[in-house]
Amino acid sequence: MDFPAVSLRAILPAIVILTTAALVLLLDLLPPRERKGHLAVVSLAGVVAALLATTWLWGGESRAFRGMVVLDGYALFLDLVICYAAGLVVLLSMDYLRERGLESGEYYALVLLATVGMMLMASAGDLIVVFLSLELMSLSLYVLAGYFRARLASGEAAMKYFLLGAFATSFFLYGIALVYGSTGTTNLDRIAASASRDSLMMVGVALLLVGFGFKISAVPFHMWAPDVYVGAPTSVTALIATGSKAAAFAALIRVLVTSLRSTQPDWTVLLWGLAAATMTVGNVVAIAQSNLKRMLAYSSVAHVGYMLIGLVAGGVFGTGAVLFYLLVYTFTTAGAFGVVLLLEHAGGEGVSLADYAGRARRHPILALVLSLFLLSLIGIPPFGGFVGKFYLFGAAVRSGYIGLAVIGALNTAVASYYYLRLIVYMYMREPEGVEAVSTPSFAGGLALAVALVGIVVLGVVPTPFIDLAQAAVTPLLR
Amino acid sequence: MILLVPGSYYTGLSAVLFAIGVTGVLVRRNPLVIFMSIEVMLNAANLALVAFGAQFRNADGQVLVFFVMTVAAAEVAVGLAIIVAIFRLRPRLSVDDLSAMRW
Repeated sequence: MDFPAVSLRAILPAIVILTTAALVLLLDLLPPRERKGHLAVVSLAGVVAALLATTWLWGGESRAFRGMVVLDGYALFLDLVICYAAGLVVLLSMDYLRERGLESGEYYALVLLATVGMMLMASAGDLIVVFLSLELMSLSLYVLAGYFRARLASGEAAMKYFLLGAFATSFFLYGIALVYGSTGTTNLDRIAASASRDSLMMVGVALLLVGFGFKISAVPFHMWAPDVYVGAPTSVTALIATGSKAAAFAALIRVLVTSLRSTQPDWTVLLWGLAAATMTVGNVVAIAQSNLKRMLAYSSVAHVGYMLIGLVAGGVFGTGAVLFYLLVYTFTTAGAFGVVLLLEHAGGEGVSLADYAGRARRHPILALVLSLFLLSLIGIPPFGGFVGKFYLFGAAVRSGYIGLAVIGALNTAVASYYYLRLIVYMYMREPEGVEAVSTPSFAGGLALAVALVGIVVLGVVPTPFIDLAQAAVTPLLR
Repeated sequence: MILLVPGSYYTGLSAVLFAIGVTGVLVRRNPLVIFMSIEVMLNAANLALVAFGAQFRNADGQVLVFFVMTVAAAEVAVGLAIIVAIFRLRPRLSVDDLSAMRW
């Protein structure tokens, strides 16, 4: 009997995070029992170590467990995005949880476990691994969404996320079963080699798209997103909006572009419709929102629509643009939710549009930083959001999807209304009521600084990052 | 292994089971019953995987079924915990009551 060669190199970043999660759970049991600040530091160290491991492995390609896990340039690029998302979330969580008296080891362990799931989704080489890592991520996030046990909204968010998530997962699993029925394998490369296009395959691909559509919150599978984003603790919202979306996109792109290449004409049509609907519904409904977390939820739905444009356009340019946009989007969205988190009151209030009236007078720096993130979300130079949109729409035009690019540009105009409205509220309205001036903590400030530097660097010198993203997707398209 | 009935019968049965599960999720209002319907959907997928595995005579399908059963158990643990946590805050539970957040 021969044993498969085990190459731990291919899962090194994930192992680092997993070990940290176990360490955090162990340290949680040791004194000091009252203060848990050190656990956040340990988690952060783990994330940084995983980042270093990712850069150390950069440029190599390794497969392990009989092609179940693939660590190529594509996975490494997304590991980078996911590590940044996780790191920002840990930084933002520190004082947020302490002020609410809910600091605990489980929280950080679950954040890290979700991160492991996300990383494995990016490097999955088999539908079995896609399914398992998707579930590892989702189950951790379901618990995290309901982390504020005493708050009904948090429980409601967890329940909705869980029921709809499990519902979508079963569609996804049935899709895997049908693809397996059509090709006789679950390995992504062998599915590609079989180049099957029978009816089982078609239905299977549609069901897989339903499952992925839920995880990336594309319209019409987005209904859970606003409720979960509002009800969940804001730090968890930031993780759901950035990391889990990046991971779902990672698996979606790899599955579609490599293994389902033979059905590309079919899924391109579906994604065209999804992209147009997602952008338009996300932006139009966001206008009507008075709760800021809800508005950002719909805005993140709209951004998924923009990223789907790149996937429709396809090729190195389209897919590379999606990866670059994911990087920009992660920094921008994590930063925007970070400011909302720092300005949120202990009871969960203070997130409505009216609460932001005159905020610039009380929190000049935070208001300025939030404005910069909002400008990047609109897509105004010199921020990363502009370059990201430019490449996405450019790729669409280059591939001949001019209609989709026009819809995207029109949507950007619609979106600028509700982003600018928030800036107007902060700077040009009189503050209502009295409010204590709180100073943001060091950790929160550091997270915002990292995110801000990220969007400025990506906006001013985008070329090296675009090249990285395009180099990352090139092997997938061979 | 000899299939006593044609493979398409298993696929047909799994499709019917899956449809029953979807209907259950969409029609019922009790979170526990919705959750049970989701389990029916997962088991429909399991049946399809096993049937296809027998048809192709390879183990990929069966292996995945074992993983699905494990994941389903984990899902039950998390799901019931969430349901209990909400039940403490609001004893009479229907998904229609969970409407603190709208639009």
